[in-house]
Amino acid sequence: MPDLANRHEQRRRNPWLAIFYWLIIVITFVPIIVMILYSFNNTPTSRITFTWYGFTTYWYRNLTQVDGLTHAFVVSLEVAVISAVVSVLIGTPLSIALGRYRFWAKGIISSMVFADIAAPAVVVGAASLSFFLSIRLDTGLLTILIAHIAFNIAYVVVVVRARLSGMDSSIEDAARDLGANPFTTFTRVTLPLLWPALLAAGLLAFAMSIDDYVITSFVAGSTVTFPLFVYGAAKVGLPPQVLCFGTIIFLVGLLLAFANGALNRRHLASRASTEDSLSTLVTDTNILTPVAASVDATADPSLA
Amino acid sequence: MTTVQTRSASSARNKRPSWLRRHSPPYWLSLIGGGWMLAFFLIPLVSGLIVSLETGNPLQGYNLTWSWSIYKQLFVHSQIPYTTFMLRSLYYGAATTILSIIVAYPMAYYIAFKVKQRWKSPLLFLVLLSFFVSFVIRTDMWSFILSNQGIVITALHKMHLVSKNFHILGTSDAVIGGDVYNNLAFMVLPIYVALERIDGRILEAARDLYSSGRQVFLRVVLPLSRAGIFAGVLLVFITTVGDPVVSSLLGGVGTYTIGQAIQDSYLTNQQFNVAAALSTALMVVLGIIMFIYAKVFGTQNIENLV
Amino acid sequence: MLRAGGIGAGLAGLSALLSACGIAGSASRDHNNIDWASFWHEQKKTGVLNFANWPLYIDSEHGKSESIDLFSNATGIKVNYEAVIQGDAPFYATVEPLLAAQESTGYDIIVITSGWYLTQLINSNFLVALDHAKLGNFTKYASPLVKNPNYDPGNKFSVTWQTGFTGIAYNTKIIKRPITSFEDLSDPAFKGHVGMMNDNTEVGSAALLHMGVSPANSTHQQWKASTEWLKKQRELVLGYYDQSYIQYLENEDTWITQAWSGDVFQANLSGYPHLKYVVPKEGQMVWHDNMLIPRQAQDPLNALDWMNFYYTPKIAGIVADWVNYVCPVPQAKPYIANTLKDPTVANSPLVFPPASIVGKSHDFYVYKDYDDYETWNDTYNPIIE
Repeated sequence: MPDLANRHEQRRRNPWLAIFYWLIIVITFVPIIVMILYSFNNTPTSRITFTWYGFTTYWYRNLTQVDGLTHAFVVSLEVAVISAVVSVLIGTPLSIALGRYRFWAKGIISSMVFADIAAPAVVVGAASLSFFLSIRLDTGLLTILIAHIAFNIAYVVVVVRARLSGMDSSIEDAARDLGANPFTTFTRVTLPLLWPALLAAGLLAFAMSIDDYVITSFVAGSTVTFPLFVYGAAKVGLPPQVLCFGTIIFLVGLLLAFANGALNRRHLASRASTEDSLSTLVTDTNILTPVAASVDATADPSLA
Repeated sequence: MTTVQTRSASSARNKRPSWLRRHSPPYWLSLIGGGWMLAFFLIPLVSGLIVSLETGNPLQGYNLTWSWSIYKQLFVHSQIPYTTFMLRSLYYGAATTILSIIVAYPMAYYIAFKVKQRWKSPLLFLVLLSFFVSFVIRTDMWSFILSNQGIVITALHKMHLVSKNFHILGTSDAVIGGDVYNNLAFMVLPIYVALERIDGRILEAARDLYSSGRQVFLRVVLPLSRAGIFAGVLLVFITTVGDPVVSSLLGGVGTYTIGQAIQDSYLTNQQFNVAAALSTALMVVLGIIMFIYAKVFGTQNIENLV
Repeated sequence: MLRAGGIGAGLAGLSALLSACGIAGSASRDHNNIDWASFWHEQKKTGVLNFANWPLYIDSEHGKSESIDLFSNATGIKVNYEAVIQGDAPFYATVEPLLAAQESTGYDIIVITSGWYLTQLINSNFLVALDHAKLGNFTKYASPLVKNPNYDPGNKFSVTWQTGFTGIAYNTKIIKRPITSFEDLSDPAFKGHVGMMNDNTEVGSAALLHMGVSPANSTHQQWKASTEWLKKQRELVLGYYDQSYIQYLENEDTWITQAWSGDVFQANLSGYPHLKYVVPKEGQMVWHDNMLIPRQAQDPLNALDWMNFYYTPKIAGIVADWVNYVCPVPQAKPYIANTLKDPTVANSPLVFPPASIVGKSHDFYVYKDYDDYETWNDTYNPIIE
């Protein structure tokens, strides 16, 4: 495809779009910068305040000092990892069923998956709590996991199914023609090809789970997760360690991104794979907007 | 379909596989996944409806009495204006969606068309980067930045742009702003995906046929990106209408939303049936709106969206 | 279509089956009168105490609490202190299902504010009656303010951890005239900068006091009448806040607000000395955060030990010096002044209120039953939401 960008630049040098883009980006980063800055604030009480008292790394050195914060963070990590793994394990077969077969329940299940993503968190949370109360299941870690896996399955299905629909099924047919049974076909042909999508789906499920506040607030019982802790503490006065945790998470994310970028450059250099840049990953597997898959379907129904 | 034919062709020597064996794989595959969603997503939704029809109190317990009157009680006769909250939430949803499109579209357009290939990933990534931090922390930071003592208002005061009484926090605008901020990525990404799919040669052709930049945009790009906007609208509208967090952290009097009402009646007031009724009503209202929206903007089947 | 209908009917039927039993109430299934004497007689000492409390509510220096350390050294009991309570309502919602199922909450001491949730805990038989024979220090040192409260006659189930006052706080840099009355909360000069609490017991009680009625003895008609002032005042209010009201006051979004005494004290110490707490001339509200022993607690004897240990001038003094709410042991005052050498706290009327202030403090209304509670909610929630 001809390099359109160059052509545009030759025709019209309009800086406004770029300015607009960068302006918005800066605005999105303002609270992050404030967070990082004030995690170093030397406040006299253990509550954040926005008068500047001088620079200190005290809060970083005493990260675990706040009652319940570290525990909440660990709980969030556990829930996120478990729900991501389980939802990928459960969601992948479901995606294959939806993506490769035609059966009468397909429409209903697809609608259910769509509803799961589209339903507002407050409704899902309230409904889940009603359900657990009715069946007398005590709210706690188990109910959090159940609810998280329930919504993560939908995200996994969308991501994996989008990838499947982009994958040519003739490779699998060829494998079958060569005598492979379905199981072998799956493990030696489909799965390796699907692997990037599974990873992307797992990461998405992880991200959705670790940041979930609304649904968790209904079904958590006495268990405290990191977003729940932060929301509750924001009412009493955030301890500075929360800002430290936020900064650390942010830096980890940044690091992962650079690592991904570095790996991509290596791949490009060795030409091992063509699907590596974020934008291609986004368009092929729709890493962070599951419903973006609908773009294909609505723009080109034959892809559905 | 090829699968079935191949298998029967290769096993022509053997007995034909039974109908069950031929048609059962998708059912086995979807058993656990579909079952989980059925048990823990669909049934709870119905359970929510059932609980809304119960009467009682937290001490004595609730019993199913099929009291549909609760809906009338809440939305017609109530002292607490739940209908206002619902309408207000829908308004916030609509305003946020429109504003999001206005902000997100240029950004997506910029990345899709105005930058070289190697910059697309980093720029896209920058949009997503701030979302790594928990949205509760980010929204709370905004409540400090936008406070009367914060940099925004102090700056506006110094520049004499606003009166002494001006404040941002506690207004509907603050809530809408917060919602737009939190949903930016959900709108940028689908639009970007749609724009990226547009074959550049179509744009070239349009230009070769003497259309101006504006015409190219309005008559070629915009319609082709409709699907992306559609996806973004769905996500942003639904998330915003139900959200209780932004209105709680950035709002004040006159910004109470239906999401907050549901959360408060469950967790603070322990009125399980009221909370369930509000939640079911919200779901139904959203469902109707989305259905109408989908029909009007022309998707054949909701199920094809997945 | 038919398929969808069939499935819908199936789902409805299934859910109806599941939900037909409704939701269990929290009223105790065990209605027998419990023989507390033999209950306590059977208890054995263990080595651990699980203490759930609110955040920032015990003395804390670099993550260590001196009062807890002193207790552990004196008794050999290991204390698991968890500051997990962020609200009465959410915490109640988490322990209620466990208590209703007669399971252990995992805690031996919980701290709940006087109010509906405490009343529910008592009425539902979810609390262990205290053995006052082992609480000699309480009898000896506790201030009259915390003895025999209207929500727990005879301190059958609770002893106070800290007491607080709800009055008015304002920013003296912005408001130059003295603030003296609830009427000031509805002064049109402060339009758009008035803060109120979103706890409807606080809002309602303030309105009742404004009317000249003592909330503890108020009637339903008086509740209704008091909403007139609140409805007019609503136009001046910036927001009805939970504990974050203090942030809005500090950040100058609100200039005058309902406030808790301890929050203002701490704000004064953390860079906002210009914020002032006043007792309105109509009176202020007094509330108590109380230590309770939930049923099925594993170590109730240790809980009593801690309660007894706390009610001494030394320990209560150490805690009050840090928490800055009203100390339930008046004799801690000389301890703080002389031994801890902290005259700011010792001489503060917000920590050791003189009789004149105590005289103007009113108790909250105690609900008789759920309908009573609902009536209060229905009266005041429309104002807040």
